[in-house]
Amino acid sequence: MLHDVESEVTGAVWKVLLQAGAVVSEGDVIMILESMKMEIPVEAPVSGTLHSIAVQPEDQVEEDQILAVIQS
Amino acid sequence: MHSKKIEISRVLVANRGAIARRVIRTCQAMGLQTVAVYSPADAAAPYLAEAGASFALPGVTPQESYLNQAALLEIADISGADAVHPGYGFLAENSQFAAAVNERGLTFIGPQPKWLAQMGDKVAARALFADQGFPIFPGSGLLTDMTKAVVQAKSIGYPIMVKPSGGGGGMGMEVVPDSRRLDLAIQRAQAIAHSAFGESGVYLERAIMQPRHVEFQILGDGAGSAIHLYERECSVQRRNQKLIEESPAPGIDKQLVARHAELAAAVCANLSYDNIGTLETLFAPDGEVGFLEMNTRIQVEHAVTEMITGVDLVQIQIELACGGRLPAQPKRRGFAVEARLYAEDSDTLMPSTGRLHHFRPPELHGVRVETGYQQGQVIGPYYDAMLAKIIACGDTREMAIGRLLVALQAFEVSGVKTNAKLLMRILQNEDFLGGRVDTAIVERLMRGI
Repeated sequence: MLHDVESEVTGAVWKVLLQAGAVVSEGDVIMILESMKMEIPVEAPVSGTLHSIAVQPEDQVEEDQILAVIQS
Repeated sequence: MHSKKIEISRVLVANRGAIARRVIRTCQAMGLQTVAVYSPADAAAPYLAEAGASFALPGVTPQESYLNQAALLEIADISGADAVHPGYGFLAENSQFAAAVNERGLTFIGPQPKWLAQMGDKVAARALFADQGFPIFPGSGLLTDMTKAVVQAKSIGYPIMVKPSGGGGGMGMEVVPDSRRLDLAIQRAQAIAHSAFGESGVYLERAIMQPRHVEFQILGDGAGSAIHLYERECSVQRRNQKLIEESPAPGIDKQLVARHAELAAAVCANLSYDNIGTLETLFAPDGEVGFLEMNTRIQVEHAVTEMITGVDLVQIQIELACGGRLPAQPKRRGFAVEARLYAEDSDTLMPSTGRLHHFRPPELHGVRVETGYQQGQVIGPYYDAMLAKIIACGDTREMAIGRLLVALQAFEVSGVKTNAKLLMRILQNEDFLGGRVDTAIVERLMRGI
């Protein structure tokens, strides 16, 4: 089953820590966003394999935008 | 240092929002002209109308706008400014920028560039204050190799804090409980330091659990004299960012605080430190006190000190930068408490962007509001989330807190989420009211402990 990982904030992608294909456990940090000078870690909502990463560093992101997809 | 008097007439305010407004207000009162700068995201901000002239910066990101040294220096030239006030954040503690301002024959309203450089290097600043007899917590110098780091960490003792030497604002800091996690924490801190501050130097310091953050306001003339304007207690924080600040510090050994305030001023006098600075310290639960860092700029929470002393810190900054005399230490009266209203969710602490459909700061007795915003403005993701600072004073701490609570209730904001609910919860918390504060109080309160 595919699970979308969505942004909780409007901001920018600061760092992408994992790549497509990586095995993740629930709570693992996939990437770090930056908004209003705050670092916002994006955690895996479920355990599985990272199917894809939809953004790259410095991309602007909107609230609810899909950042990554996890296959569980 | 400033042996001769410098005349200035036009100040470039190299900042945005509440602090730009604050500096413009004092310049106006002193009869100085002002030049404001703005990014396209701030084109509707009220400080622009309050300045004598305003100039656009090229883009919305901090790098294109308020960190853009070339553009700011060019605007200084074009506008005929003869002085630059950097505010706080952005370039306020950038020694290169301060030096570039001075090299153009303009007056940088802040400490000399050498202080910005020395205090910006946390390892050097620690060593400097230790050398001057100010207490520091056990720590290492800059880490060079991992084998040595393990030995150093063992002698300092766990839990230990890994800190970037070029940092600030709590970025990249990590508490390590034991030796097994040290390697990883150091690597991670180096990586974060490298991408955030451009240098990967880190050092170790003993972690103080549940400390109080107490800081001292310093003014110096650069010629061997310095005074302190008492302490500010800033323990109420979230993510290493201050939420509530007050003076005097409640529920603490007053003699211990006063002794360190005197020592802070004496060290700064001995160093011939100039202009404004804040010496941040941690007070451990057992009464041990240690140097944290020295901030070489006006602080966000400067209004707390202004409320209890009656001085205008921006005015003193300008006078000192122009070779003026250091004022006598003012007496303090009453109590002042500040709350920072952020555009962020009270429960999740997630930042919130949007348009300020409605925005009405309260006008109340004994309450001062500093905000950079007005109704209709868009709060975007580019800069920090602070909507306003609300500062209340009173003859007693209870009165100041009561007034602040009323002001928060009366502050009308719609269009973005705010942390007002969290601030009000803190102000009514039994431990806070009893003066039993430490840097973990917000976390405990949010987890319902």
